[in-house]
Amino acid sequence: MRFSFTSEQDEFRTIVRRLLDARSPVSEVRRLMATDAGWDRDAWRKINQELGLTAIHVPEAYGGQGFGYAELAIVLEEMGRGLLCAPFFSTAALATTAILNAGTEAQKQALLPSIAAGDTTATLAFSEDDGGNDAASVAMTATSSGGAWRLDGVKSFVLDGHTADIVVVLARAPGSSGESGLSFFTVAGDAPGLQRRRLKTMDETRKLARLQFNGVEAQLLGEAGTAAAPFARTLQQAAVLLANEMVGGAEKLRQSALDYAKMRMQFGRSIASFQTTKHKAADMLADVELAKSAAYYAAAAVDENDDDMPAVASLAKACAAEAYLQTAIHAIQIHGGIGFTWDNDTHLWFKRAKSSEILFGDANHHRELMLQRWGH
Amino acid sequence: MDMPSESTVRAEVRAWLEANWDPALGLVEWRNKLADSGWGAPHWPKEWYGRDLPQALASVVDEEFARIGAVGVAKAGIRTLAAATILAHGTSLHKEKFLRRILTGEDTWCQLFSEPGSGSDMAAAVTRADFKGNKWVINGQKVWTTSAHRADWGLLLARANWDVPKHKGLAYFILDMKQPGVQVHPLRQMNGHASFNQVFFTDAMVEPEFLMAEVGDGWTVATTTLMHERRGADSLRSWATASKREGRIYDEERAEIATTMEPYKWYPQRAGRVDLVLERAKATGKINDPVIRQEIARLLIMAKTAEWTARRARAAQEQGRPQGPEGSLGKLVSSHVARAAARVHTYIAGADALLSGEDGALDGVIAEILVSVPATSIAGGTDEIQRNIIAERVLRMPKEPSVDTDKPFRDVPRNTVSS
Repeated sequence: MRFSFTSEQDEFRTIVRRLLDARSPVSEVRRLMATDAGWDRDAWRKINQELGLTAIHVPEAYGGQGFGYAELAIVLEEMGRGLLCAPFFSTAALATTAILNAGTEAQKQALLPSIAAGDTTATLAFSEDDGGNDAASVAMTATSSGGAWRLDGVKSFVLDGHTADIVVVLARAPGSSGESGLSFFTVAGDAPGLQRRRLKTMDETRKLARLQFNGVEAQLLGEAGTAAAPFARTLQQAAVLLANEMVGGAEKLRQSALDYAKMRMQFGRSIASFQTTKHKAADMLADVELAKSAAYYAAAAVDENDDDMPAVASLAKACAAEAYLQTAIHAIQIHGGIGFTWDNDTHLWFKRAKSSEILFGDANHHRELMLQRWGH
Repeated sequence: MDMPSESTVRAEVRAWLEANWDPALGLVEWRNKLADSGWGAPHWPKEWYGRDLPQALASVVDEEFARIGAVGVAKAGIRTLAAATILAHGTSLHKEKFLRRILTGEDTWCQLFSEPGSGSDMAAAVTRADFKGNKWVINGQKVWTTSAHRADWGLLLARANWDVPKHKGLAYFILDMKQPGVQVHPLRQMNGHASFNQVFFTDAMVEPEFLMAEVGDGWTVATTTLMHERRGADSLRSWATASKREGRIYDEERAEIATTMEPYKWYPQRAGRVDLVLERAKATGKINDPVIRQEIARLLIMAKTAEWTARRARAAQEQGRPQGPEGSLGKLVSSHVARAAARVHTYIAGADALLSGEDGALDGVIAEILVSVPATSIAGGTDEIQRNIIAERVLRMPKEPSVDTDKPFRDVPRNTVSS
């Protein structure tokens, strides 16, 4: 396993960070999070196309750049740091990954080039009203008649579901249960019979939607009844990518809390000179660095097709969940009263820490999965 | 000076070993050959038993030794710290008298820094060094001294001037341990082992030429020793695997390792024995308890990420890249791992954790974990000191205002214990 970034990767990170610092300052984050869409199509198209971000891990055969998950993870770490408001995770980490895992050659040829080019956004709809993250909780049905598929049911907690141009949907054959009878479909965001409602979210930088399907016409993605395995793999990869996004946010919070502590004077001295602050700062560094190690290891495991990847994905997600939230708690505490105000930026990352903790299953869920995947 | 290439060094050491290595030799006899040839300590200076090779090339030499199973110079224990300190600060007399016998393993050394009244605040040592007649006279007490009962020589930090601030009044001596003024008593620990000693000085004598550097330089010299101690903390224990080969020299080396490593036999338990957790959980059926599963998973995540973080630091170092903050966390994180492991072992053992020795779980190993782990967050720099170091050196946070560094040590409030 590789334990360090190459100098090309370091350079790429620097370029991404510079772009996001310039185009997505926190004032822009605040502006976009208050909008209904949660992002700005023109602004995002420019950012995306400048570096070809949605093309990063798409193979060259489908109009992509052909890099690996390590590079995609770098982008996400930087986006987590900058709290970018854009449908990137939904499009690149979820939908693209699902299409790569499940789609036929012809479907990849048809779907991926416009996603890679940044012309089309997409998302993956799997959870329903119970918020489940496993195949067994899928109740939405897919019925076929005369060669056409129709979907009925509800998807919820769908990332950028209210704006996505394409929705990749997980549904099952009527009467099936568990991991059998599952298929992936693609649906146009404006398909007749699809009602989309943006949900009010605790973390306003990450928009979620509830999608009601009433006989919506859908295109089968891959082979009918075989989606369980590619879905599982997609969620594992998504967990790895989210963990990388999370450590970017955690690092940003850690640094800003440290900067504040050095600047804040109380009792005639910098609060950074108090041991209680120093020890907290040292613990924050340990939490974040350990979580980074897990996230980087997991991304390398995806690229190397390591047998251990499913367990390590859960490990990284569980580790990042605790590290990010703990860092956010400490960051607010170090800021004191100002840290609890709306005008101070800390709460934006605190809420992202909270939403990331829960998304795709919390730390308890992933710790259990990790042990099971290791065969214990 | 031109640095030889890796292949030149490899060929040279290989040829020398082929001509000289002989497992029938005595250990000291062989190591004297190593000292004379410079192959025993290739990273040392040429004039002092070395070859002036950088660490990377010295590793090539180690590889060649390992390849044919040749025994190296004595490496374990405080003697390597003594050598590093003498090479950096010693006079030619010191180097002449001590370095060869360090390499051969004929002399054993101990480090006389910590005192009952100064643990984390090591510069506040109150062991006295008074110059009387034509000798230094030492009075006071040291503690946590590994191998003091066997040591021939001690690296001693003592106070020679009480009228200057604490860091300025220290002197560093090489002390003959085998003299009437030095008394060594074992110090029994809460886990029942006695790996360390207390050392008492009653008018112990040091010849003036065994003062290292000048009076007042003691702290600087001690910093060199401590730096090497930190650097070598991991290698010390990984080194200690005895060769299984036959032959007189291997027998002698095995005996040396057994003696040197005896104080460290409980160290695996001190680190928490994460390696035993899953097999114990399965043996007891606790692996099916969802609460304990969560605790086990937390521990394994901590241990794995600690390992990967160390690998990241090492990878950066190997590539010659500047080391990030990940390299400073190992000691603190290992404390967390040990404590979490002790907690998990307790849950897994249940009532059996009440018992020890042959009545206890795993013949008392589990009990030994529970009563050894508290040392991890204290020995070699407490967690609190580690956090201060991380905060001040890595995160560049300001030091606390000091109340003792600017006034004469005589006026600094201190413990009444042995002052």
